[in-house]
Amino acid sequence: MGRYIARRVLIAIPTLIVISFVIFAILDLAPGDPTASLPLTVPPDVREQIRETLGFNDPFILRWVKWMRQMFVYEPLNVIERVFNVSIGDGSERTRIISWSSRGPVVDTIIERLPQTFWVLGLAFVFGILIAIPVGVISAYKQYSIFDNVGTFVSMIGYSVPTFFTGLLAIVIFSVWLGWFPSFYDTTHHVTDWPSFVFQVKQMAMPVAVLSLFNAAALSRFTRSSMLDNLSKDYVRTARSKGLVENRVLVIHVLRNSLIPVVTLIALQIPGIFAGAIITEQIFRINGVGQLLISAIQGADVPMVQTLTFIFAVLIVMFNLIADVIYGFLDPRIRYD
Amino acid sequence: MATTQRRPTESQSQSHLDVTGAKHRSLWSDVWRQFRRHKGAVAGLLVLGVIVVGCFFGPMVYPHDPFDINTSIANQPPSSEFPFGTDNLGRDVLARVMIGGRISLAVGLTAMSLGVIIGTTVGILAGFFPKLDGWLMRGTDLFLALPILPLLLVIIMLFRDSLRNAFGPEIGVFLLVVFIIGITSWMQTARIVRGEVLALKSQEFVVAAESIGTRKRNIVMRHIFPNVLSPVMVAAALGVAVAIITESALSFLGLGFPSDFPTWGRLLFDAKDFINLTPMRVIWPGVLISLTVISVNFLGDGLRDALDPTLRSK
Repeated sequence: MGRYIARRVLIAIPTLIVISFVIFAILDLAPGDPTASLPLTVPPDVREQIRETLGFNDPFILRWVKWMRQMFVYEPLNVIERVFNVSIGDGSERTRIISWSSRGPVVDTIIERLPQTFWVLGLAFVFGILIAIPVGVISAYKQYSIFDNVGTFVSMIGYSVPTFFTGLLAIVIFSVWLGWFPSFYDTTHHVTDWPSFVFQVKQMAMPVAVLSLFNAAALSRFTRSSMLDNLSKDYVRTARSKGLVENRVLVIHVLRNSLIPVVTLIALQIPGIFAGAIITEQIFRINGVGQLLISAIQGADVPMVQTLTFIFAVLIVMFNLIADVIYGFLDPRIRYD
Repeated sequence: MATTQRRPTESQSQSHLDVTGAKHRSLWSDVWRQFRRHKGAVAGLLVLGVIVVGCFFGPMVYPHDPFDINTSIANQPPSSEFPFGTDNLGRDVLARVMIGGRISLAVGLTAMSLGVIIGTTVGILAGFFPKLDGWLMRGTDLFLALPILPLLLVIIMLFRDSLRNAFGPEIGVFLLVVFIIGITSWMQTARIVRGEVLALKSQEFVVAAESIGTRKRNIVMRHIFPNVLSPVMVAAALGVAVAIITESALSFLGLGFPSDFPTWGRLLFDAKDFINLTPMRVIWPGVLISLTVISVNFLGDGLRDALDPTLRSK
């Protein structure tokens, strides 16, 4: 197992380095200029000095290496210091990635935006799993029943209809016509007492429902086919023929084996949720990470876009790794590849 | 017609006996017979047909122009004069939805073709030539690890203006969107095709072709490629759906097509600011995107079943 994990990690590291190069190179082609948003009264020689201090005139490779050092060493250290309230080395010597538009450290802005994204996406993800697995299990167990047919149809619609339409449809129905929920998300709202908690639930209801339906659709199909694969296996017949109660056959034998690929898929889906955040946050005007990315792209804030895109890439690589490890842990057969 | 209604097993056993009497059945007529049994797929084909015909021939017979601005009739709800209502500039929404559908469908088809061509080429090369396999699959994995949506947004932002200047506002954006969707959607096809090629390569007919000295290029073109055609076709059908959704998502984020050259995604983006005033404007393009994608997905499902010879004899 140790060797298996080590091999996976060794594949992940060069992948991350190449991706960081691709992202850095693409964004380096951007016509942006760190001094573009300064007032016009700033004279050209001062602008040149600012570019010089930001390292804007260094050769490409040098800038990439410096950026990687900030990305992989300095900023993680800052985050650790902040989270655990300790100091490691001299924090003031580390150069930080500075946003061109807000002039503040990029990572601090991202940390401010994370809770909103986590709450909505995390809840949607958990609800999605809670809906998908029972639906998938029942659909497979009662294959071709009414429940299965309806489930198949609904999940086909669920993953065919894009969230930017289901989201808008939900707004049209539930906030324009019925007026039950607010149509945009108030991130400054604090939960202090019961009425404010009710408001928080109300404003989260639509984005969470829309996203969890979308997440559940693909996952329930996958659970169903995985269950069907296992239900026809010999060991199930053996379990039944030795007189086990049906519930035990289903839950202890079939479900446990069927969940192995499902758990892997769940791990692989997590970075996808963050990509989904870009769209969902735009529909419901949630002030989260996805919205930060869109506004940074529109404002040509190159460091912010580089950092966010790279964080997305790290998440993808990391969860691929986690999925591989979980799979190897749950299913000993695939460790010997 | 009499032969087609006979049970397949029966006609197969009889074809040995009276070769002259049996009606010839081609591969594609078999595929079509199996395809017709999948009700969802047939419904998908019909709905898709209606949408395609409506978008391409509708504007020829429909009286309103999609670009006529007339603010005195702005923001009207659906009526007999304007079946889908009008937008904030008084343009007819039905006419715009039909024009937008042309572009959305065109983007879906061309981007899918690009993706499938790249994917099939990479898959066949990787499967057939062991020397290339490692590198090509590592490249494929790398592409799979890229955060696609943020990168697409960034690339559009960077290159939109220069392509607009080079090819004009419409063609420039079209080429850019098609190109970037195409080069970021080939990975799954490549993996599937590679797997199929690896399985085919060790089969007797390929070994036989090799043993009589057939050139590699001819083995690939005559023996390998026709046999991977069915997974490629299924990938192509599903690729259209993915491409349409991706394009709509980009346009929905305001980074795809401009408002005077609308796609369904762009119409949705423009409509969402008037959601309180004219909510129906959001529904039309959204329903059309969804219907198209659902039909294409059902079509892909039916195609997968129809192209699988092991299911066909049932």
